[in-house]
Amino acid sequence: MDFTSFLIQLLNALQYGLLLFLVASGLTLVFGIMGIINLAHGSFYMLGAYLAFVLTSLTGNLLLTIALGVPLAFAFGALLEWLLFAHLYKRNHLEQVLLTYGLILIFEELRSLAVGDDVHGVAIPALFSASIPLSDNLSYPVYRIVISVVCLALAVGLYFLIQRTRLGMMIRAGSHDRDMVQALGIDIDSLYRVVFALGVALAALAGMLAAPISSVYPGMGSSVLIISFVIVVIGGIGSVWGALVAALVIGFADTFGKVLLPDLAGLMVYLVMAAVLLWRPEGIFRKG
Amino acid sequence: MKQAQQHRRSVMRAVVGLAMGALIPMGAAQAADKVKVGLMLPATGTYAALGSAITNGFKLYVEEQGGKLAGAEIEYAAVDDESDPSKATENANRLVVRDRVDALVGTVHSGVALAMARVAKSRDTLFIVPNAGADDLTGSLCSPNLFRTSFTNWQPAYAMGKAAIERGHKTAVTLTWNYAAGQEAVKGFNQAFTEGGGKVLKDLALPFPNVEFQSYLTEIAALKPDAVYVFFAGGGAAKFVRDYAGAGLKASVPLYSSGFLTDGTLEAMGGAGEGLITALHYADGLEVPRDKTFRTAYAAKFGTQPDVYAVQGYDAAQLLHAGLKAVGGDVKKKAEMRKAMREASIDSPRGAFTLSAAHNPVQDIYLRKAEGKVNKVTGIAAKALADPATGCKM
Repeated sequence: MDFTSFLIQLLNALQYGLLLFLVASGLTLVFGIMGIINLAHGSFYMLGAYLAFVLTSLTGNLLLTIALGVPLAFAFGALLEWLLFAHLYKRNHLEQVLLTYGLILIFEELRSLAVGDDVHGVAIPALFSASIPLSDNLSYPVYRIVISVVCLALAVGLYFLIQRTRLGMMIRAGSHDRDMVQALGIDIDSLYRVVFALGVALAALAGMLAAPISSVYPGMGSSVLIISFVIVVIGGIGSVWGALVAALVIGFADTFGKVLLPDLAGLMVYLVMAAVLLWRPEGIFRKG
Repeated sequence: MKQAQQHRRSVMRAVVGLAMGALIPMGAAQAADKVKVGLMLPATGTYAALGSAITNGFKLYVEEQGGKLAGAEIEYAAVDDESDPSKATENANRLVVRDRVDALVGTVHSGVALAMARVAKSRDTLFIVPNAGADDLTGSLCSPNLFRTSFTNWQPAYAMGKAAIERGHKTAVTLTWNYAAGQEAVKGFNQAFTEGGGKVLKDLALPFPNVEFQSYLTEIAALKPDAVYVFFAGGGAAKFVRDYAGAGLKASVPLYSSGFLTDGTLEAMGGAGEGLITALHYADGLEVPRDKTFRTAYAAKFGTQPDVYAVQGYDAAQLLHAGLKAVGGDVKKKAEMRKAMREASIDSPRGAFTLSAAHNPVQDIYLRKAEGKVNKVTGIAAKALADPATGCKM
């Protein structure tokens, strides 16, 4: 590998890592902070991507689609929380697994009934459709760089929301001791509804942003589910920075694993996960 | 859920059947004029659309013959295989052992088809494969009761390698998912490409179903081959072609593939798929009269244009017909029926084909060019191409 290739692979790794953070950000909130084992996270991502496909074919504009789709996903998340998830906080993890696994099957079947099983594409917004030349025969799509910038902005935004605002303080307190927070006069039910809905909206946003580069196809949700859990767990449950660092570590491991150890490429992510958890069983950024 | 329904339905059928048998003593005599076909295809999951195209194709042919093949009425039993290899043996047993079908037809997923082959062989039941391309089915696992109306993964890939040489390419890089179908296809491409004096610089493979291609695109750009051969299908195919174009490689390094890359995925590729050259045993715009009547009939009945899967289903029914004709509709004459099937010439919409000694089609592989939403035929990559059937002892 010459130096130019190395630099380009570095860029690939960084970009993939940031994309992974975007995909996992919703799970950071719902699993990391609220402590719900949400296997349906991938389904929310898939719903976002299909929403992007359906709305873009109606509006013809991905940005408008996102402006419409994120509030829709937020409302949908709030509805689901009220209907189903609100009953789960005090129950054990097995029941959460069963419910959210059931949701995967339901969403996948609904998707099949509503849109069918064909593969679809979403056009990259004209504004970002250019490419930047990197070497004599390789160029980089601007849209991928835009996504990376959005991911960084999201990471900073989430960090401030959780660590630096009053709302964030209440959320963190609620995850430690629900009853005490309620006793202090905070409406924990509405608070959790908002956080859950935000998690769903983030997952859907990830699906919408990724749709133009990943295309839209059946089963796309399950492909992001495992990697999202890996990121939240090795980042340290509940830490936004941890998830960002973990996503970047996985991005680098995956990219360079494919280049340097092609035979182990499929294992690379899990080897890194095992190594991190041996070194820090609580995850990279878990605080006491 | 679906399985439970089907189970209930077949229990009902069995009960009704028993009752009828008791009421009408001549039921047994009539049964000889019936042929029971077990359709084991995906009705749910990623391959659901392929399963219904195959079913439609099969039933269309039978209906064109008035619901009877060589005087025998065709009865169906169906099971959704969910493209799940872990349930394949159980599902195949349902049709072969419980429903006692005379012919088992299926399926899309190669892993499921391999399990079906074992069940069918143990009961010596006629088994027709209308899609699954695993080389082994008509290779090391070939068997007198097993026929295929589709392709081997080797076939289109070998034809593509041959065509790549004829287009003047000297070096190539291959990329696929690290699974059986991809490996078999790459083997076929590499065989033809090196036989023709070309050099394969590197075989790249990523774990299935990973779709993060950037690092491989970077490697391809650094290796600067004359051509790239890939084997992808479905969502991964659409994403790969978009990434390939997005990386600016489409303009400098021609991309080739087996036709599955651009079948049903061109719309999802946006403009990125335009002009892609692929090889397959079926194409749009064939100058085959049989294809024109088939397409008209299919579109009139189902409201959509048929695809390669519908053709393979249609031909599975044609092949069954060829066998039944030779024995006057009496499926009990297994040896005679199979001999006739082996020697049949199938007047397929893809163009007429015969079967090899290993029971796989000896067929023309077309070169196609993606134009808009269709894969238009531009020529023949390999004429009457037979799979080498490595490991077949029959």
